[in-house]
Amino acid sequence: MSRSIFSRRGAARAADPGDRVFAALVAAMSSVVILLVVGFVVLLTIDSMPSIKRFGLGFLSGSIWNPVETEINHLNFGALPYIFGTVVTSVIALVIATPLALGSAIFVSEYAPSWLGKPVSFIIELLVAIPSVAYGIWGLFVLVPLMRGTVEPFLQQILGHIPILGALVDGPPFGQDLLTGGVVLSIMILPTILSLSREIIAQVPRLQKEGMLALGATRWEVLSQAILPYARGGIIGAAMLGLARAIGETMAVTMVIGNSSTKIGASLFTPGYTIASAIANQFTEADSEIYFSAIVELGLVLLLVASVFNIASRFLVSRLTRRTGANNA
Amino acid sequence: MKKIAIIVGLVALVASAAIAQAVPGSGLVTAGVADEAKSLTGAGATFPAVLYTKWFSEYAKKIGVQVNYQGIGSGGGIKSINDMTVDFGASDAPMKDDQLAAAKGGKLLHLPMTMGAVVPTYNIPELSRSEKVLRFTADTLSGIYLGDITKWNDPKLVADNPELAKIDRYIVVVHRSDGSGTTNIWTSYLTAVSDKWKNSVGYGTSVQWPVGLGGKGNEGVAGNVKQTPYSMGYVEEAYAVQNKLPVGQVKNAAGKWMEPTAKAVSMAASGVTLPPDLRVMMVNSANPQAWPISGFTWILVYQQQTDAAKATALTRLLWWNLHDGQAYAESLLYVPLPVDAIKKASALLKTITVNGAPALPSELANY
Repeated sequence: MSRSIFSRRGAARAADPGDRVFAALVAAMSSVVILLVVGFVVLLTIDSMPSIKRFGLGFLSGSIWNPVETEINHLNFGALPYIFGTVVTSVIALVIATPLALGSAIFVSEYAPSWLGKPVSFIIELLVAIPSVAYGIWGLFVLVPLMRGTVEPFLQQILGHIPILGALVDGPPFGQDLLTGGVVLSIMILPTILSLSREIIAQVPRLQKEGMLALGATRWEVLSQAILPYARGGIIGAAMLGLARAIGETMAVTMVIGNSSTKIGASLFTPGYTIASAIANQFTEADSEIYFSAIVELGLVLLLVASVFNIASRFLVSRLTRRTGANNA
Repeated sequence: MKKIAIIVGLVALVASAAIAQAVPGSGLVTAGVADEAKSLTGAGATFPAVLYTKWFSEYAKKIGVQVNYQGIGSGGGIKSINDMTVDFGASDAPMKDDQLAAAKGGKLLHLPMTMGAVVPTYNIPELSRSEKVLRFTADTLSGIYLGDITKWNDPKLVADNPELAKIDRYIVVVHRSDGSGTTNIWTSYLTAVSDKWKNSVGYGTSVQWPVGLGGKGNEGVAGNVKQTPYSMGYVEEAYAVQNKLPVGQVKNAAGKWMEPTAKAVSMAASGVTLPPDLRVMMVNSANPQAWPISGFTWILVYQQQTDAAKATALTRLLWWNLHDGQAYAESLLYVPLPVDAIKKASALLKTITVNGAPALPSELANY
């Protein structure tokens, strides 16, 4: 919305030459960004041509990733296990992080006294500054043993006998699996979602809240009737930004996910692999042309997966905001 | 007087030790020459990067030639030298024929620089206080990594390690997730000793593993093994030594139980016939004193150079690496090349030409 105000103002004062120069400058800047994206896609496509030609759609649907030609097992690149791992870990991260982030955002902005809320949100935002490899090391040495020894056996105990949920926790708990990958990601995207949600909740007009209170509403009613409906679109947007980070995250996930592309199963206790991990792991030693090309195509697929999520989230935001009539997204 | 005598004696002792260690042919490259390039670039394998960095910083101090080496991985090193974007490449795996065919600058030479060994490591809580290390054979190692041997109390393992009889636990197999020369040596060994492995998995810097978890880098594998009870993995020898990991013994081709000492690794390349192009994996060596899971790491250079100044600098550098440089290997936990390999590599070095004339300065070429 703020963008549209800007352009209207620019049009009204187009007579000012300084303004025109500035407009041209910013237009050039944004075109650089667009050119970068286009160049990126073009280059990825060119470099992945040998792989696209050889494997076609089988690259997306195949589940055998074998870079070595042997008598029985032929060279083949199928990215399905990587795509599966990326989608599953990102969704786990989102499912865990969104309620936590939203809850803390509400607490910090609506319930906590400011002497408490400010330091709490500051500390949580510090999490953003931790480099992802540090999360990975922490994940490997702290989270993995905890998951293997405590969390996963516990989940098996309570969910193991329930028909559909039981399949999610099937198999021996190694601690290095899709679930642990998702948990590390959820911690990493938590501060992103939290700080954005807090900003959005703070944007809710005071009058609306005070109006509700004047009508005799309780705090909960103000929250559920005034604040959340108003902020819904923005909160979903925040979650989607978190998701975008989860999809592309590389190092931390690589260190805890198990890096195994041999099995696609229902169980979250299966060691998995994500697209980003596969690129980071295999790029440096991709020693044949077709192998290199397949790795580049993985990059293209990652871009595709991220776009699909992005488009879906925009669609969701626009649907929701239209229905509630709120227009702050 | 007595004091001086002791000092003189000590100096003589140190000097003689230094001479005893030095490779014949050392000490010939001692200062810069006028017609050589003052900087060179190289890229490739990460495994020897620590040694190369030491070499090149010493070389810059002594000779005044700056060498910029980037440890970007063997695959990247091969790609860079093939595209001629660097003066030399480096790889832990010998180049395959199709890669050699893609080289833009003609024939590439493989010059071994140092040796590396890969060792099995494991974590069995019950045995953590035991002085005895586990013993593995070609059969049990390939069985574990193929997924045919799934438990620690498998009869094949118990036959060599009676203490495993009570360990009724699944083996958590750990391998490298990133492409690596370590994996190349490990899988080359399994390919050499197991037909089933050869036909179904094969060897390379990354392969499709039938079982197991992947850890990134040596530290990732070691971390996984340390963290996961009843696991086993493989790491570079230097890494296992530095981190005091339990290292299993392996039965070599001659049927002897071996520990991965520097000598045993070096033995893998001596007493066996090396092919003149040195493009060979040293695994499963026939030498009865050899650690069987060993290999070279190479620097890759074009045989026909085009820039005279660079060719002089490059060949002098490589000569220094092959001779004087070997003395730095052991303190950095690398294994010096055996004399036979140095001789053959020097012979290859002498075949490098620039515009038709030998590139190596004559005092070295005639040595």
